[in-house]
Amino acid sequence: MRFVDEYRDAGPVHAVLAEIRKRISRPWVLMEICGGQTHALMRYGLDQLLPEAIELVHGPGCPVCVTPLEQLDKALAIAAHPEVIFTSYGDMLRVPGSGRDLFAVRAAGGDVRVVYSPLDAVHLAQQNPDRQVVFFAIGFETTAPANAMSVLQAERLGLRNFSLLVSHVRVPPAIEAILSAEANRVQGFLAAGHVCAVMGYHEYPALVARFRVPIVVTGFEPLDLVRGVLAAVRQLEAGQAVAENAYQRAVTFDGNRPAQKVIRSVFEDCDRAWRGIGVIPMSGWRLREVYAAFDAERRFDVAAIRPQESSVCIAGEVLQGRRRPPDCPAFGGACTPEHPLGATMVSSEGACAAYFNYRREETGAVEIGCATR
Amino acid sequence: MCLGVPGQIVEVRERDGLRMATVDFGGTRREVCLAYVPEAGLGDYVVVHVGFAISVVSETEARETQALLEEIEGSSRET
Repeated sequence: MRFVDEYRDAGPVHAVLAEIRKRISRPWVLMEICGGQTHALMRYGLDQLLPEAIELVHGPGCPVCVTPLEQLDKALAIAAHPEVIFTSYGDMLRVPGSGRDLFAVRAAGGDVRVVYSPLDAVHLAQQNPDRQVVFFAIGFETTAPANAMSVLQAERLGLRNFSLLVSHVRVPPAIEAILSAEANRVQGFLAAGHVCAVMGYHEYPALVARFRVPIVVTGFEPLDLVRGVLAAVRQLEAGQAVAENAYQRAVTFDGNRPAQKVIRSVFEDCDRAWRGIGVIPMSGWRLREVYAAFDAERRFDVAAIRPQESSVCIAGEVLQGRRRPPDCPAFGGACTPEHPLGATMVSSEGACAAYFNYRREETGAVEIGCATR
Repeated sequence: MCLGVPGQIVEVRERDGLRMATVDFGGTRREVCLAYVPEAGLGDYVVVHVGFAISVVSETEARETQALLEEIEGSSRET
């Protein structure tokens, strides 16, 4: 596949790794924000090919993992309504709520369906005028353009049976929160490439100036990832801190302006609780008042929900980079991707799932540059 | 959810007032909304997230990685 295969070729990856080894003179702590990058780093064994002096701390960029329990419990309550068709990205179905998950609601007779795109949910609302179609609008800036457009499209089509349960989160306030924490050890960031494809990286120079840390926009293929690490190491070794783009083929400084315009017309900033982390001020998006008719939280009475978190799971500390998945007593035993206790074990972006699926403690690094997915 | 893969636009059409496309991801084809990439046309590669193209892959900028590799190779020859 074009723009994929050439970025998975082992030769260039090893050349960049050699350059990193040449440049590095002391230990550095980097955080990759995005859970998709955590998975790619482990899947290709890059975490084990990088010099030991580089410590990669996994960030909170797993949308399924940080969706607050309260919103999940609301989803479970709404999905159980007999007149509702509850639609969601597939990853959300296995995430444990206070009592059960969306799969359990479906098993008990609830109409819970996986959709690939929120436009599929709009289509379902068109086809089922006598049912209420609710879409679970979770995610970072990458899913926001799609989720926002579903509202505009439902409005354009005059649909009165379509609504969103919104739980959007944004990356820059999370970076600010991580850097503001007293115990912070992160010295440089690999910023999430596709969040930046939408939003650009014009929000980062202010963060870089305030905290003096390099932020490098990084892609998802092996060559992109080592290139991002190299850029961060070069800056750190030279005592620099700038917002740098190491993923130019997909990201510009300004980002996708048409998408930002639609996001801003549908959503507004709000405080948001992140599961396992707590409330981060102005770190989320909610529907604007003019679109209140499309707000599932107003359509269904879910205000009285009081969530209760599992007591064993350490997902919150994993999401903040304070502990690693194998530190959890439940990891790989009581908690597996089939029977997860925490959201980080569920998703294709969760750190616990990445360790469970790819960690090769005994065999060492694997050959990179494997065949296309 | 943030794992967007680049695919090639092989067909463009309109549905319910939205510009839509068939995008080929190495053999797998999906319907994708082009509302956010008005500049994209047939044959272009786009990064797709949850059914929406969010970025057109730039051929020119893709050469940046090649330039970096050449620079690394050049510097290792000098040392």
